[in-house]
Order: sequence, then C-alpha cells, then structure tokens
Amino acid sequence: MTAVPHVLPYLVAVWVFLVGCYGLATSRNLIHAVGCLAVCQSATYVLLLAVGYRDGATAPVFSDIEPGSRPLVDPVVQALALTDVVVGATVTALLLALVLQVSKRHGTVDPDELSELRG
Amino acid sequence: MSRRTRLWLVAVSGTGLAALLVAACLELPPFGGSSHPYGERAVRAALARHTANTIASVNFDQRAYDTLGEMSILFAAVLGCVVLLRQARDEHRARPEPAEVDLPVRRYALIVLPVAVVGGLYVIAHGQLSPGGGFQGGVVAATALHLLYLGADYRALERVRPVGLFEVADSLAVSAYLVLGLAGVLAGTAFLANTLLPYGTFNTLSSGGNVPLLNAAIGMEVACAVVVLLARFLDQAVEIEQGNGKDDKDDKDDKESEKENGKENGA
Amino acid sequence: MHHLLPLLVALPLLGAALLVAGGRRLPRRAAETIGCTVSGATAALAITLLLNSSPPLVEWAGGWVPVNGESVGIMLIGDGPALGMAALASLLTSAALAYSWRYFDEPPRRHAGSFPALMLVFQAGMCGFAIAGDLFNAFVFFELMSVVAYALTGYRIDEAKAVQGALTFAIVTSLGAYALLMGIALLYARTGELAMAQIGRGLDRTAVHGGPDALVLASFVLVLTGLLVKAAAVPFHFWLPDAHAVAPTPVCMVLSGVMVELGTYGVWRVYGTVFAGPGGIPPADLRRVLVVLGVLTAVVGAVMCWYQRHIKRLLAYSTVAHTGLFLIGIGVLTPEADDGIALYLIAHAGVKAALFACAGILLDRYGSVDELALFGKARQLRTVAALWGVGALGLAGLPPFGTALGKAVTEEAVGGALALVYVAASAVTGGAVLRVGARVFLGLGPRPKSDGEYETTGAGERPETRRRLSRVPDTMTAVPALLLAGALAVGTVPGFGGLVADAVNEAGSGGVVVTSVHWTVPGVLLGLASALLAVGLTAVAVTRPALLAAPDRALPLRRLQSGHIGDYVAWLLVGTTLLGVLALPGVLGA
Repeated sequence: MTAVPHVLPYLVAVWVFLVGCYGLATSRNLIHAVGCLAVCQSATYVLLLAVGYRDGATAPVFSDIEPGSRPLVDPVVQALALTDVVVGATVTALLLALVLQVSKRHGTVDPDELSELRG
Repeated sequence: MSRRTRLWLVAVSGTGLAALLVAACLELPPFGGSSHPYGERAVRAALARHTANTIASVNFDQRAYDTLGEMSILFAAVLGCVVLLRQARDEHRARPEPAEVDLPVRRYALIVLPVAVVGGLYVIAHGQLSPGGGFQGGVVAATALHLLYLGADYRALERVRPVGLFEVADSLAVSAYLVLGLAGVLAGTAFLANTLLPYGTFNTLSSGGNVPLLNAAIGMEVACAVVVLLARFLDQAVEIEQGNGKDDKDDKDDKESEKENGKENGA
Repeated sequence: MHHLLPLLVALPLLGAALLVAGGRRLPRRAAETIGCTVSGATAALAITLLLNSSPPLVEWAGGWVPVNGESVGIMLIGDGPALGMAALASLLTSAALAYSWRYFDEPPRRHAGSFPALMLVFQAGMCGFAIAGDLFNAFVFFELMSVVAYALTGYRIDEAKAVQGALTFAIVTSLGAYALLMGIALLYARTGELAMAQIGRGLDRTAVHGGPDALVLASFVLVLTGLLVKAAAVPFHFWLPDAHAVAPTPVCMVLSGVMVELGTYGVWRVYGTVFAGPGGIPPADLRRVLVVLGVLTAVVGAVMCWYQRHIKRLLAYSTVAHTGLFLIGIGVLTPEADDGIALYLIAHAGVKAALFACAGILLDRYGSVDELALFGKARQLRTVAALWGVGALGLAGLPPFGTALGKAVTEEAVGGALALVYVAASAVTGGAVLRVGARVFLGLGPRPKSDGEYETTGAGERPETRRRLSRVPDTMTAVPALLLAGALAVGTVPGFGGLVADAVNEAGSGGVVVTSVHWTVPGVLLGLASALLAVGLTAVAVTRPALLAAPDRALPLRRLQSGHIGDYVAWLLVGTTLLGVLALPGVLGA
C-alpha cells in the first residue's frame, strides 16, 4: 500500500474527470451541464499540477529566494494550467451565453425538452 | 435514448475508461518525483533573461506564442459574446430601475473599490517579479469596477464603464501584443523573440526585456475583455427584455435601428 | 522564410483586432473589404510559404532554437501538409467572406465588423492548428478555432435550432478538448516534453521492454478522442449534423470544408510524430482503430445522409461519411494512401463548400432548405441547378474531378473490400445530393411525402440575407463556381497530383518513398462506377420513392441522433472506451 500516496493525486484527477462526465451525461439542466464541463476541466488542472509537483519544493519565483537554494516545482505545468484556466473561463462564458439564448428561444433549459434537432 | 439506457452506456463505458486511466496512473512517475527536464530548462532560461518569476518567463517569453493563442481565445470569446448576447429581433431595451442599496453594502463597496483596482494594477505591474501577472491582475481590476454595481447602481457603473471604449482598448491591447511579436520578425530574429530590449537588473520592475511589455498588454486585454463580457451579461440581466416594446433608451442609434426593424416587420 | 510562419496566425488576428477597434465607426462595406483583403493576403502568404516548403520549414517561436536538441520554445512546422492545410483553410475563409459579401445577415448593431472579425480569428485558429509542432500549442489553437466556431454557429440567435446546435457543438467539442489535454498531461508526465517530435523520442527512450504500456495507451486514447471529436468520427460525430445544419451558410462552408478535416489531419500528424515509434502504438493497432472507426463512420454517415430532407443536414452527413473515408485512408499507413487522401481532402473541400453555398442560395431565395417543401420550386435557378448537379457528381467521384483522382489513388492503396466502401459511400452521398437536385431544381418524379415524425425538417427557416433575395447576387454564384473549378483543377491540372504527393511524402517519410500519382484505368472505372451508381440511386429514388425510402429499417439509427446532449456525451465515452479496446492488443502483446 506504500504506492498509494504516490498515485493518489493522479487518481483524484481521474475521479474528477469521470464525475464530470457522469454529470454531463445525466444532467437535467443546461446550466448544470456547463458546470459539469467545468468539473471535467478541473481534472486537467489537478493532473497538470500533480505532474509538476516535487517533494519539498517551493514556487519557482525568485523575488524572495536565492536561485539554486531550494528545489522548485515545475513552472511549465503552472503556465499550462494558467492557459487552461483562461480557456476554461472563456468557454464557460460562451456556453452560458448560448444557454441564455436557448432558454429564451426554447423556454426551457432541460435537455430532455429540446427536440428540434433529431433524426 | 431513454434515461435508463443512457445510464447503462455511461456506466459500462465509464468503467472501461476508468480502468484504462487508473492503469495509466499506476505507470506515471511517482507523485513528487524530481525529474522535470523541461521545468529545469525553463528555470535556467528565465534566470538567463533576468526574469524573477519563472512562470511569467514561460508565459511571456519561452512560450509567448501559446499566450498569443490564449489571448486570442479570450478576444474571440468576447467577440462571440457580443454577437450572441446582442439584442434579438423580438426584444427591446428597458431602462433599469435604480435599486435601494443597504448602507453597509454601499460603504463597503466604495471603500474596497479603489483598493481592489489598485491591487489589480499592482498585480499586473509586478507580473514578472512575483506571483500574478496580466491575467490575474486584469481579472481583479475588471471585477473591482463592478463593485460599483453592488454598491451604487447600474447607471453609476455605466458612467464609469463606456463599453465601446473598453472594446476598442481590448482590441488595441491584442494589436499591441501582436506588434511586439512582429517587431522580432522585422528585426530579423523571430516572432515574439525577446532579444530587442535589455534584460535589465534582476528582480526590478524593468527586468526581463519584453516580458513586462507583453505582460502589460495582456493585463489590459484581460481587464477590458472581462469588463465587456460582464457588460454583455449584465445587459441581458438588466436591460434587454422580451417582446417588441418601444425602446425607452434615449439612444439615437437604437431608435434609428428600431425604426428600420419596424419597417421591415411591416413589409 | 521560416520566420514568416507565425504570420499565418498573426496577420488575420491583427486584421480582426483592427476590425473590432474600428468597430463603431466602420461602415459595413469597409469592414467586409478589410476582412476579404486580410484573409486573401494570409492565403497568399500560405501559398508562398507552401511553394518554398521543400525542404520543410521549421520555426521556433521566440527564437528559442534548440541547444543540444533541447529547447524551451514552441516549434512550428512548415511542411507540405501543414502549409497545405493552412492554405486550404485560408482560401476557404476568403471564399466564405466573398460569398457573404454585403448580402449576409444584418450585422449586430454598431458592430459591423464582428462577422468578418470572427471569420479572421477562425482562420488564424485553423492556420495555427495546422502549423503547430507542439502538442500543447496544438491544443491552444484547437480551442481557438473551436471557440470561434461555437460563436459563429450560434450567430443567428433568433433561430431556436441555431442556438441549440451551437450549444451541443460547444459542449461535446469542449469535452473532447479536455480529454486531449488530459492526454497531453500524461505524455508530459512520462517524457517531460511538449514538442511533438520530442515526445515521440521520449516515448521511444522510456519504453519499458521496448513496447508501449498502459500510460501510452491512455494518452493515445485521450488525444485521439479530442481529435476525432473534431473530425466527427462515429461515435463522436453527433454534434456535427446538429451544428452544420444550423450554422450560417458561409460558416458551414468553412466548417465542413476544412475544420472537420483538420481533425483528421491532426490524427495523421500526431500519430506520425508522437506515436509512430517503437515506444508508441504499433502500426497494426492504429490500423485496426482507424479502419474500424472509418468504416463505421462512412457507413453511418452515408445511410443517415440518404434519409435527410433538411438539405444542409444532408450535406453535413455527407461530410461525416467522407471523414470516414479519410480515416480509412490515413489508417492503412501507406504513403500512396496518404497522397490519395491529401488530394481527396483538397477536392472535397471545394465541392462541399460549393454545395453549401448553393444550399445557402436556396435558403436566401425561398426561406427554406427542405427537400420536400422546395419540390420543383427552384426551376428558374438554372445556374445554381447546374452548379448543384456538377457538385453532386464531384462528390460522387466522377472523373476528372480531384475527388475522383484522390479516391482512385486511395482505393488502389487500400485495396479489396475497403475500396468498395469508398465506392459505396461516395455513391450514396453523391446520389442523395443529386436526388435533392432532381427534385428541387427540376421537380422530377412524384411529389415526395414526409416519412415519419423522427426527422428534422428544413422548412420555416429565416433567410440569412436582409430580405429574401429576388435575384441571386453574382458573388453568391461566382464563389461556388470557382470552388468547383478548383476541385476540377485538382484532378486535371497536370503535375498537381505529383506536387501534392511529393509534399506529403517529404513530410511523412522524409522523402524516402517516391510515389507517383496519376489516373489509372481501374481508378477511372471505379470513379465512373460510383458516379453511375449515384445517378442510378437518384433515378430510383425519384421515380419510385417507395423502393428506397424504407425509414423503418434506418429508424433505430436515426433515433440515436436524438439532439440530447447527455446522449452525445454518453456516446463520446463509449467511443473513448472503444478506442481503448481496439488499441489494447498492442499493449498486451508488448
């Protein structure tokens, strides 16, 4: 069982991703679905940051530490996570804008009641 | 597909995917391991270019081209929201009623507002030195303005926030980032190359060459973009109403366009 | 020359930023002129670079040229396929902008430039994705083109179908993108690199027992999920008909003509650079994955295409069917098939965009894109009818269209039963399009009847132009004519096929393999066969509608396309698991 702490953060990411997918598939409200999509995306944050972590390391910012004095976590994944956050926020904004229009045009935000496009 | 069938599908395929991903996790290097080749290279490169915040160096120097894409996504999302949240044919604008605000809320908002704006600008300005930067500071500064909506009312917010101006500033910030990038091409090095400006003294505001400039452009872009985005959503929440009523708003453009709409509907 | 590669992204972005900055003051005509000019200039740049891409260009953004094989920068690839896709995307964007010239839907109040600006950002996203040599950078541009595509799809906010289609598109594609990112994170954890070529080398270096393990498999599955969602392979395809049927016509031209194909291109690029080594996924497994999915996609796409009455939806399904054909072609992993697919893809883009452009004319003229409602109504549109017929035959693969040449080369490379899939899928989709033409433009056969309630009609749509067109503007007919001429030129201009083949081989095998691309007798016969089959199907469908309209048998398949986001997400998960199962033997055997 000693291996568990070494993979636990990764497993958390997997769990978060799958939970998000489950929520998306069973959602009864489009705003909830957009939230679930954000949950799926959070999995990518967790995974990226977990991949970049290093035991006993500090942030890769040298305004108050001497370069080379301490081990550092991976700065690249942090930059990637930042990009990812921005992407997530903008996609969410667009999705919410679309949900807003769906609710106006269809009078509902329940995916079960949207039946214009099929077959 | 019935709900039940869907649930079955999700259960079966989700189990398969979960098994695959868990097996993959067991093969990953142990959490907290010390092998980060790219990360270490990035730290060295950041120090060589006198950028104290390695993440800023990755974002605005080493992988500045990614940030260009990221900024464009934000720009596109703003443009998209402007288009998607425009006034539809069967809608009109209503003048929002001023709302009563409790005194403590008003006081709090008005005290915090300047602090938050300055805080946001500080975070932008120190992006290359300490945690933060254009993205984070821009969001803080932009949302800070909206304390006015909480503390006073919508019209007060509209007065300090001419959306059109912010849209223009947003696209100018995007252009600035691009022009800084193109300067590298014109100088014969490479797109977004950080070789034109001196790298300055380590750990000072002007260190890092191009980094502070790109960071500032991003800060401006993000702040303006968030303001415009929120403005569009607020418009929907407060001003735009369904039904083909008459516009109350004393806006010349709106009236003209309304007339046009009327003509078309009649035709 | 290689320093100019990033300009393919920067130029259209700058144009878009200027359009937005000038937004309120700019009259519509000026905005559209700027849009067309910038888009055209980018296309010219892409073509110039393409002509200079031998040997392939490589650019490190920021000037971070690798030291000892290691770099902290982002690599851009400027080889034939990359620049070819960028050029194709740019040309189609220009065509779409020219098509929408002054006639397209009223721009949002005081934002005259927003439609051309969005199209320019879209172009930048597609070019950026095409030339990305870094996996994370590819994700960023994947997202950029997706985000713009969502907004453009939902552009007509007054239409209930449009906003629903856009939302479905957005949710499914975003989920795919996050899967892609998970895959990238796994690859980064294993190799500590982000550039595609470096990841590939890292996988080979770290391969345990000289073969792939569960981590490689999982990252392969996740990355492919993202790309195949974009490419609209079955069962990831459900968003496509919903989105393409409702997007504004100029947007459809670009979406169906090139954005979807960029997903296929991404699969080719990522497999070739990341997973093709000994530490990646063995060729036999990739072949199994892509051929199975490809055949499934081609069959489902073709069958569903046949049963549509909503004309744009019908065209969307034909895109699905063709995606299947493309996937089979790149799946067999032979240089000849790659050449064939490259030609097929270029010519298909022209034909498909032209057909969408014609459908758009119908919509703007008659306020409907429903095959049954428009029966015999478009008799006076002779030019459009001719364009439609030519386009349909091009889609079916009639020689000497480029589609036929590409198809023939691929058929020869895949051989046997798979070649039959090509003939059948192109004949059925071409036949469906031809059937629409025969009914709508010529009014042939008995008036067709509606065949059930489980379908999407195309009636009651609002024209995209300010008011219904009384006469079709010249730009709207000139653009499809030019596009069709382009598709024809792909097959007829001597030497073009050879140029494309050389460019593809140089990128794929480093120029080791030399293939020759030319018309062969079996190829021409197969092309004629599929075109004849298409005509035959049309004749039967028009004269004896009851014979081929057996909706009951296709009904279970049609019920799957339920328009429900939850269903689509469930299918996405099924597809991901399917990918894993299909590629599993290679990992177990290692």
